[in-house]
Amino acid sequence: MSSVDERLACKPADYKSDIKPIWCPGCGDYHVLMSFTRAFAELGLPPERIVVVSGIGCSSRIPAYTNCYGFHGVHGRSLALGAGLKVTRPDLTVVVASGDGDGYSIGGNHFLHACRRNIDMTYVVMDNHIYGMTKGQPSPTTEPEFDTALSPGGTGLRPFHPLAVALASGANFVARCFSGEPNETASILVEAIRHPGFSFVEILSPCVTFRPDEREWKNLVHRAPVAATSDPARAARRIMTDDGFNLGILYRGDRKPYQPAVGHTSIDLSELEKDFEL
Amino acid sequence: MSNAPTVSSLADLLAVAYQIEADAVERYDLLAGQMETHNNPELTAVFRDLARAEGIHRDEIQRLAGDIDVIAHARRMAKWAHGESPEEADLGAAHYMMTPWHALELALAAEKRALAFFKSVVETATDPHITKMAEEFVEEETDHVNLVYRLMNKYLLPPHSWSEDLDPPIPQD
Repeated sequence: MSSVDERLACKPADYKSDIKPIWCPGCGDYHVLMSFTRAFAELGLPPERIVVVSGIGCSSRIPAYTNCYGFHGVHGRSLALGAGLKVTRPDLTVVVASGDGDGYSIGGNHFLHACRRNIDMTYVVMDNHIYGMTKGQPSPTTEPEFDTALSPGGTGLRPFHPLAVALASGANFVARCFSGEPNETASILVEAIRHPGFSFVEILSPCVTFRPDEREWKNLVHRAPVAATSDPARAARRIMTDDGFNLGILYRGDRKPYQPAVGHTSIDLSELEKDFEL
Repeated sequence: MSNAPTVSSLADLLAVAYQIEADAVERYDLLAGQMETHNNPELTAVFRDLARAEGIHRDEIQRLAGDIDVIAHARRMAKWAHGESPEEADLGAAHYMMTPWHALELALAAEKRALAFFKSVVETATDPHITKMAEEFVEEETDHVNLVYRLMNKYLLPPHSWSEDLDPPIPQD
């Protein structure tokens, strides 16, 4: 790259908007935002070629904090929006952001079918094992022994296993990251975005307000001791037997992405409107 | 330091030193913004001051580098592995009830990491020019560590109960 090109290339800061995040101090999502901007800069993508789509929740505020195109959608529907966008505008890089409540509960069914459909986009879930924005309700990934006024004695429920579900449903790239390691997370996001098909990246992102115990995650995470596999059976074994803090790319498949032929229609709006006339 | 970018020339060292300070500025600005959002003006001012101080160091390094384009050079170099560059204060340690003492504690840890990095360059460099420059950075970072210690003495050590919130965020039905 010539020095002129280097001057023109976007820096991570160029992907940040002027809007100041309102996440709580200590929230892992600050690091995730940093990873996004570092990954985009590494990829050398112009901000106007990227769309960050989200649902509802603390993590879903992220499109507003980037300088890319963004869509802050309705609860749980970020993947549907992202999929619609990608099939009609395959030239754009689509990154869908969600949280564990938005993505695995309200949007749980979209998650299954987005994995199955394998559209070329990247799905990032900032998992803090809690509904943070609505003030501390247990989410699908909350531990069964999480004991609060809202779940006296614990939820008693087996947590959802997003990576296993993603793999079983057909995701083409499965990785786990920790927000406190933004450079590693950025590198994995770069690979996820480059990888054809549906890439799923779960980022463990502590909610320090309603789950202060998650500040300890930084001492629990560890790098996956083996390289990514393209064998789903081996990946499944790894994912099902790890401790939930194993970081890295755990599966890298080679399924062909789904891209329907979207042609231009000759029907104009006035013709469509006729169908709705009373 | 095993997670550091490889320093094999004077330009590498200056670029890494520049980037360390630039990252610190960005991080302190971010923390200042957080505290401003959460209506903690005292801490906002502390983080702004820290950002300003690191900005002065960053600009000094750029001047020192002369014709070397440290910004472009830093972009070409490998990133810090397994974490962040030394002077990036730990964002995860921020707390809405933290005090200026805690902010300085974060700054102290960051300065100590930078000091350890430059010491490791002194110990491992084979080029005498790199060694000499790294020694200057060691001296500078030692001054910074001592300065932060002095600043910390201005503030009382917070009590163990510093994070106790009489009106804490509680789960809502």
